[in-house]
Amino acid sequence: MMKDFSTTAPPLEVHDLTVAYDRRPVLYGIDLTVPAGSLTGIIGPNGAGKSTLLKAVLGLLPLSAGWVKIFGGPLAQNARRTGYVPQRESVDWDFPVNVMDVVLMGRYGHLPPGRRPGRADREIARACLDQVQMLPLARRQIGNLSGGQRQRVFLARALAQESDLYFMDEPFAGVDAATEAAIVDLLREMKARGKTVVVVHHDLSTARDYFDRLVLLNVRLVAAGPTAEVFTPELLQKTYGGRLTILSDVVQSLGEEP
Amino acid sequence: MRRLGWFVALLVLTTAAPVEAARIGEMADWNFGSQAARFFSLQDPSVRYALGGSMLLGLCCGLMGAFLVVRKLALMGDALSHAVLPGVALGFLWGMTKNPAAIFAGAVGAGLLGAVVVQWIRATTKHREDAALGFVLSSFFGVGIVLFTMIQNLPGGAKSGLDGFMFGQAAALGPEDVWLLAGVTVLALGAVGLFYKEYVLTSFDEGFARSLGWPVKLYHYSLMLLLAFAIVSALQAVGVVLVSAMLVIPAAAAFLLTDRMGAMLAWSAGFGMLAGAAGAFFSFTGRSLPTGPFMVLAAAALFVLALLFAPKHGMVGRLWRRRSRAARIRRENTLKAIYHVMEDGGFREEVVAVGNVAARRRETAVGARREVAELQRAGLATEEGGRVAFTPEGWQRACEIVRNHRLWELYLTNAAQLAPDHVHDDAEVIEHMLGDETVRRLERRLNYARRDPHGKLIPGLADLAAGAPPSERAAGFAEKGAA
Repeated sequence: MMKDFSTTAPPLEVHDLTVAYDRRPVLYGIDLTVPAGSLTGIIGPNGAGKSTLLKAVLGLLPLSAGWVKIFGGPLAQNARRTGYVPQRESVDWDFPVNVMDVVLMGRYGHLPPGRRPGRADREIARACLDQVQMLPLARRQIGNLSGGQRQRVFLARALAQESDLYFMDEPFAGVDAATEAAIVDLLREMKARGKTVVVVHHDLSTARDYFDRLVLLNVRLVAAGPTAEVFTPELLQKTYGGRLTILSDVVQSLGEEP
Repeated sequence: MRRLGWFVALLVLTTAAPVEAARIGEMADWNFGSQAARFFSLQDPSVRYALGGSMLLGLCCGLMGAFLVVRKLALMGDALSHAVLPGVALGFLWGMTKNPAAIFAGAVGAGLLGAVVVQWIRATTKHREDAALGFVLSSFFGVGIVLFTMIQNLPGGAKSGLDGFMFGQAAALGPEDVWLLAGVTVLALGAVGLFYKEYVLTSFDEGFARSLGWPVKLYHYSLMLLLAFAIVSALQAVGVVLVSAMLVIPAAAAFLLTDRMGAMLAWSAGFGMLAGAAGAFFSFTGRSLPTGPFMVLAAAALFVLALLFAPKHGMVGRLWRRRSRAARIRRENTLKAIYHVMEDGGFREEVVAVGNVAARRRETAVGARREVAELQRAGLATEEGGRVAFTPEGWQRACEIVRNHRLWELYLTNAAQLAPDHVHDDAEVIEHMLGDETVRRLERRLNYARRDPHGKLIPGLADLAAGAPPSERAAGFAEKGAA
């Protein structure tokens, strides 16, 4: 079901956002608007503040300055419309929960304090697990999964949130080729259903294929817009500086392709 | 640092006046049998208080400890339990009596102050949690020891009975203590029962919980408050020094037994109750024995049992699985040796001398006889008069293992471009690991090849099913090939 977003506020609007650790700014004066129904990749070199931007937007880090609006309001008001896929390393995979337990956590935002997930929530969680081809592993303890399978569990949890706007922190990091392809399919399907997805991405060589909009970040915002407009040698050079050897290869291939 | 703290504590205990609090063990003529009978009859009210209190504290500590262990905060329990000591002393000084309410309030206050100091050191210095916990644990404990020594020297202080707080004296539990324990346990059960999903999610993935807009700090500090309640109410029975063991050990044992948080909470609470009851029992039947150490020993025994016998993570199970795998590989190698001997003889005979198998395996005759006997027990071969023959199942397994070996060798030489004399050792290991699915893929990949890199025939599915030697098929194949 496509929603008409033309009359509503954009899913994400960031104004003059600044985040500092020990007074050293790691993000400085970011202005950003993510339009509804877009698939946006955040790219930039290591230490550019990609994950920091995501966490700041989600209120996980204090802002030094600026503001963030989700669907035109504060995050707290629209938390249910916002889904989140953290980095895999952020949790302890020896924790005594199984795959189904974790996916059910995606339903927790819809439940008041003290209410346990019910049968309807279980049905949704099962459907989401099936969507990432993980249903047969539902009863496995989460430590007993490969890197790609762990990522799929997190994606299924996000799907179970049934949100309109998703933030994903490095979902492609350290996954096998099959999982990478599955995630790309999933992202396109979410876009087709009118969801807005913002993804922190580290791999420059795939960024152009995966996303229809890009945010080029290096402490400051270098550029943001449709991939075709911002994935240019000049802007990439400006984002990565001379620091990356892969860059010259990618820039070269850009020149070669028609 | 901690060892030093214990040493100081021991010093205080040995220099203090003999304990005045009534120890039930001293009242009657001591006799293990009659004491045990008194304990189990539950006639004596002090037995009922000691047992009930110890089990309640085990339940409560087990519940809270499970959350500490999965949050990797086990040392937090240790720090909090030592940090409450000055509060206990101040609570006593309030009215110079062991007023449970005053002591409870003082101890909870001191414990929470300790928790806040830990957070403050972490937030404002470059120290990590371990240094902060070490500082709070030892310094608060030191202040507590100083205050305790002062109380001992005050008029009437020697009869305070405060030293029970150091190592625990379940026998000194009164009805007020048990009611307090019951209240705290109900509170802990209620909070964990009601906010189970909140406590689990904030423990597992704090960032995700905050992205839902949840008040994560509130859940964290309410858990710490419950923890402080549990510690303080348990002090009288188990003592400051060892209460952290009752938080950590039952939970650690439970963690070995299960992969689910709910089950872990149940096991942990159950182990805690069991350890509490055991501590109360030994303390009662023994002569003037403190309760805390016996509870902790009982908990430690449960932990060792879990370590050894847990179904999935236990050491015995793991050893058993490894041994059974080793035995399977040994059986398969014997089957293969018999197959090879038959193959060398052109499959003309279906019976093979054990001596030839020994030669093939480069083993003594005794060793080969033992291995053949093992095959016989597994129903894979039968032996009579020094000669051995496959059962149908044995033949099938032998063909499978030889096929796996030769397919793998062929795969390595074809696909990985290894020389034929480099592939045998690798295949020796892999042959035991290949699953059916992989074998089928290998066959497809190799176009159902019939011969391995050394020119030997690869047993096919027909041989496995029919029990016919591969020579016949080879003849048919050769004819077809010639045609």
